[in-house]
Amino acid sequence: MKEARAMKKNILISPYGGLLLLALILALMPLAVSNDFHYDLLTKICLTATVAVGLNLLVGYAGQVSLGHAAFYGAGAYASAILTSQYNLSPMVALLSAAAGVGVMAWLVGRPILHLKGHYLSMATLGLGVIAAIVLNNEEQLTGGPDGVGLPPLSLFGHELSVFGEYQFAGLTFTGVELWYLLAAAVLVIAVLLALNIIDSPLGRALRALHGSEIAAQVAGVDTAKYKLRVFVISAVYASVAGSLYGHYSGFITPTVASFEHSIELITIVVLGGMASTFGVIIGAAILVLIPQFLTDFQELEMVVFGAILMAVMIFLPRGLLPSVLQRLQRGAQ
Amino acid sequence: MSALLSVTNLSKEFGGVHAIEDLSFEVQRGHVHSIIGPNGAGKTTLFNLVTGLYQPSAGAVTLGGRDITGRAPHKLCEMGMARTFQNLQICMNMSALENVMLGRHRHLGSGALAAMLKLPGLRKADRHCREHCRELMTFVGCGDYLDHAASAMPYGALKRLEIARALAAEPDILLLDEPAAGLNATETEALKSVIQKIAGKGITVVLVEHDMKLVMNVSDHLLVISYGRKLAEGTPEQIREHPEVIAAYLGGGTRERQAQEVPA
Ligand SMILES: Nc1ncnc2c1ncn2[C@@H]1O[C@H](COP(=O)(O)OP(=O)(O)O)[C@@H](O)[C@H]1O
Ligand SMILES: [Mg+2]
Repeated sequence: MKEARAMKKNILISPYGGLLLLALILALMPLAVSNDFHYDLLTKICLTATVAVGLNLLVGYAGQVSLGHAAFYGAGAYASAILTSQYNLSPMVALLSAAAGVGVMAWLVGRPILHLKGHYLSMATLGLGVIAAIVLNNEEQLTGGPDGVGLPPLSLFGHELSVFGEYQFAGLTFTGVELWYLLAAAVLVIAVLLALNIIDSPLGRALRALHGSEIAAQVAGVDTAKYKLRVFVISAVYASVAGSLYGHYSGFITPTVASFEHSIELITIVVLGGMASTFGVIIGAAILVLIPQFLTDFQELEMVVFGAILMAVMIFLPRGLLPSVLQRLQRGAQ
Repeated sequence: MSALLSVTNLSKEFGGVHAIEDLSFEVQRGHVHSIIGPNGAGKTTLFNLVTGLYQPSAGAVTLGGRDITGRAPHKLCEMGMARTFQNLQICMNMSALENVMLGRHRHLGSGALAAMLKLPGLRKADRHCREHCRELMTFVGCGDYLDHAASAMPYGALKRLEIARALAAEPDILLLDEPAAGLNATETEALKSVIQKIAGKGITVVLVEHDMKLVMNVSDHLLVISYGRKLAEGTPEQIREHPEVIAAYLGGGTRERQAQEVPA
């Protein structure tokens, strides 16, 4: 009964309040950080969180596991690289074309594999990730192979946004790193807003019903195959946009962006932060981006630590970090 | 009277087990049509065949004259068919109200872009849907749980919630699989009036139920099945007097008890 009441309260908390809080925290962050290194981490957290918010729609809300999501992130990044440097498209046009292309790609590969259930879907997406990594490593003409490929700086409204630049706005001076952080934070806020809108809509209910009871969804008129495919495409487009931005931000990418390890990192973020908790996965993203900073002397331990986190969360916090903490707080309050 | 649902020579085999065997019957439009039979008779299997969750081994099903044999459940929903489940199919990751709103899926635009941008049209439709589904919850007797998570509701209320979800689709035909199972006497009495009100709205009801008092009270027509085959068919009066039914299903000694429980 106690849990019952806690759950009831959870529903009453408006997620849009959380969005305001997130925007506020992101806007105030510059007061707390002082150097380029911190801004660099914050930018990476925002971009990683953007992928995770999209992946959470697929995994946390719709209950469909993808173990190859880095493939879409990598595809976005590489498509931007190739379209800008080899076809001379402007970065924004390249980013949008990449997102559309990755959406179509996800639709094409998703159609056959989303008919598979449970472990088969995991296996198929795992295979997709492996293939992506192989292609990026071997198509040297196009991708530069294992050595990677460079990208030009992003340009917005005709202005180049380089991490090395300095920019004047309304009498204030911003460094490129600061502006990049603000851009990534804005992208994250928009990503969260769109995700919250989806969740609180007929589409969102259909997606959550796939997780809750696929049979209930079917008899309620939900074409389950179609909706699985839709959320797969949406989450792939999220990953593609974040990948393109990351490519322009870092100026150089290698096939590791699409690696199996990166896919596992993304899944760990979703599980750690809290399945079906949009704000939880942002915390998850922050933790997983920060962990390697504490492991600089033991880089080979990274995957071990991620694996250990995954196991510990499954055992001790099966609902994920944020939902579990919120529940404790509510119980404490009663 | 015309048949809304008709089942012809339907069979379903599970690795040698004939769950449904050469079964034919019709459900008249506007009727409350009950299907009774002992556990394992094939009642749930029959529902799963009719609602497209199972593919039949042989035979045909038509709805309003259209062949719907083996058609996908979501397509049947669009054609006006709704159902509940003996073993609950509730989305425990959603609120009670959202479960009912899921039932209105076929009446709402579900475009991804409209959802992402929260377009005004969709927003308005969703608000109406919310109001309507609250009313439905109150109608089936779940009014105490309007703001609850589904996982916080007791069993009896969840059974009624499934009825609300099915009604949200505004079906022409509603299939109820043992809606009274696990309900106490008061709840069963309330269920009876809900079924009668649903029938009063002109919705055709197919009812699978073990509670004979309820069945005899609400039904226009009864079908008795045993081992996947038709045992008898007729009005409640005819079935009550049917010797084979009494012998095979109602069992020895039940006759007097029936006589007490069932008002003539
Ligand atoms: N999915 C299934 N796989 C195998 N056997 C099944 C399946 N569903 C039902 N059966 C069998 O079919 C018969 C009828 O079951 P069911 O339709 O559940 O009966 P009822 O609802 O009348 O109690 C039983 O013998 C049951 O074991
Ligand atoms: Mg049954």
